[in-house]
This record gives sequence, C-alpha cells and structure tokens, in this order.
Amino acid sequence: MIVDSYRFLPRSFRPLYEGKGPFPGEETPVWAPFEKRLQASRIALLTSAGLYLKASQPPFDVVREQDNPEWGDPSWRSIPAGAAASEIAVAHLHINDEDILSDPEIALPAHLLDQLAAEGVIGSATAEHLSVMGYQDRSLQAWREQTLPDLVAKLRDQQADGLILAPA
Amino acid sequence: MPVLARWIEAAGIPTVVVTMMPAVAEERRAPRIVGVEFPFGHPFGMPGDKAMQRRVLELALRVLAGAAKFGTRVDLDIEWPVSLRDAYKAWQPKEASPIVRRFLAALPARGECGA
Repeated sequence: MIVDSYRFLPRSFRPLYEGKGPFPGEETPVWAPFEKRLQASRIALLTSAGLYLKASQPPFDVVREQDNPEWGDPSWRSIPAGAAASEIAVAHLHINDEDILSDPEIALPAHLLDQLAAEGVIGSATAEHLSVMGYQDRSLQAWREQTLPDLVAKLRDQQADGLILAPA
Repeated sequence: MPVLARWIEAAGIPTVVVTMMPAVAEERRAPRIVGVEFPFGHPFGMPGDKAMQRRVLELALRVLAGAAKFGTRVDLDIEWPVSLRDAYKAWQPKEASPIVRRFLAALPARGECGA
C-alpha cells in the first residue's frame, strides 16, 4: 500500500509541494548508520507542531508571523518526557490544534516511547524531547544557523542514539 | 522537516521522518521515511487510540534501526477512520494562516475544494 501524500491537501496547494526536488545544496545522500540494537539504544523525538510548556516557556511567535506571513519562528523548545497533556500548549497557525491539545501523543508520543522502554523494546527514551514550529521562511537560514546547532548539542548531551522526527 | 532530518543525520545522529507527505520527504532526500495517510497534525494517529499510535511508533523504530540504505521508505497501511470530507475539514485551522490568506487572495475566484 502506497500512501497518497496529497490526500488531505487542498488541491490548489499541491503544486507548492510536488515536484520541487531536493532543497538547494541538499542533493547528495547523508547517512549515519544505526549501529546498536534497539534494546540498547536511547531514542529521542522531535515534533514540528509548535508544542511548548504553557507555564514556563514562551509560545512560538505567531504574532510576528501574522504581520510577516513568509516568516516563521525558528526557535525551539525542550519538552520533558514526563510532561502531562495539561501542561502542553500549541502555537502553530497552519493546523487545527484541538486534537493535539486533547492528546499530544499524536504529535509527540513521549509517554508511549517511555512505555516501549519499560517493555524493553528500546533501551531508553531521552529525558527531554524537542519541539519546533514547522512553518519556516523558505531559506531555512535561521533554522540552520541558530536552531540546528542547539538541537544537535541537546541530542548529544542526552546521548540520543537515534531521532524520530514528525512534521505537523 | 526532511531537510532538518538531513542536517541532524549529517551531524552523526540517525533519523527517521514520520510524515503525511512521504513523496515530498523522498524528493527532499530524507534518509529514512515512514509514510502515513493521516490528516495533517496527526503523524502518530487518532487522539486516544493507543493501538494505532503504537503501530506508527513501532514502525518508525523498525525503519530507524533496520533500514539498510539511504532513502528507505516504508508506508503504513492504516486507513484513517474518519470520512475524507470530515477529516479534510477537521485538520485545517479555524482561521486560514497568514500565508494561505495571501495565497487564496491571489487565486482567481472559484470554489476551493481539495476533496
């Protein structure tokens, strides 16, 4: 069964996504081999659904995006693996956030990953997961220059052996 | 997101992208891809459906750890349990995003329907 990548996309948006080819400068393969057994590995999650902790973190800046529609907040948030659904908020203007607010696991399955660790499917999950807001300016320059080094440093600090990324 | 995955992979950390648009992730040359035919905002499935979420996450782990080569894509055979018409409406924000408002304003006037 092959997934229809455009099933839920408005027809007029399809040309914005289809047939664009590689991102400029990102044509060649990149590969980091996954060398350990899953049972001995530590896994991290990254969502681009714009999740943040409402009590302690600022939302992604959707006010500036309203004024400048081609800009998206390039910052990132650390989400503790044990955060409860009631602690999590969403700042993302391109999706309806009701389902994520009712069950953040559909974007960032941190509790399920902890359960798989407890069952021995994986060795462990990182104590913190990563959140970004996926709508970004076309060049991705701020993501590359500011956000990427932080994300990589956080993943290394947490000794992540692999990362599961999920766009919103 | 596929480009972010590439950059993190290039830094030495293996990645898998779980995505509603696996064809786009392939074009963008993500190293490992899991495709799901779910509405946007729902990469791991239906809220409250732990069994569905687990199937997605376990497939992601299998592809992350077991893909033999760059560009590996595996699609998950789960049909979204809501009618296309309802799901299509439900995932979209109540107010169009700023860029979409601008995009729609530039289109010739006609009915918009992706279903």
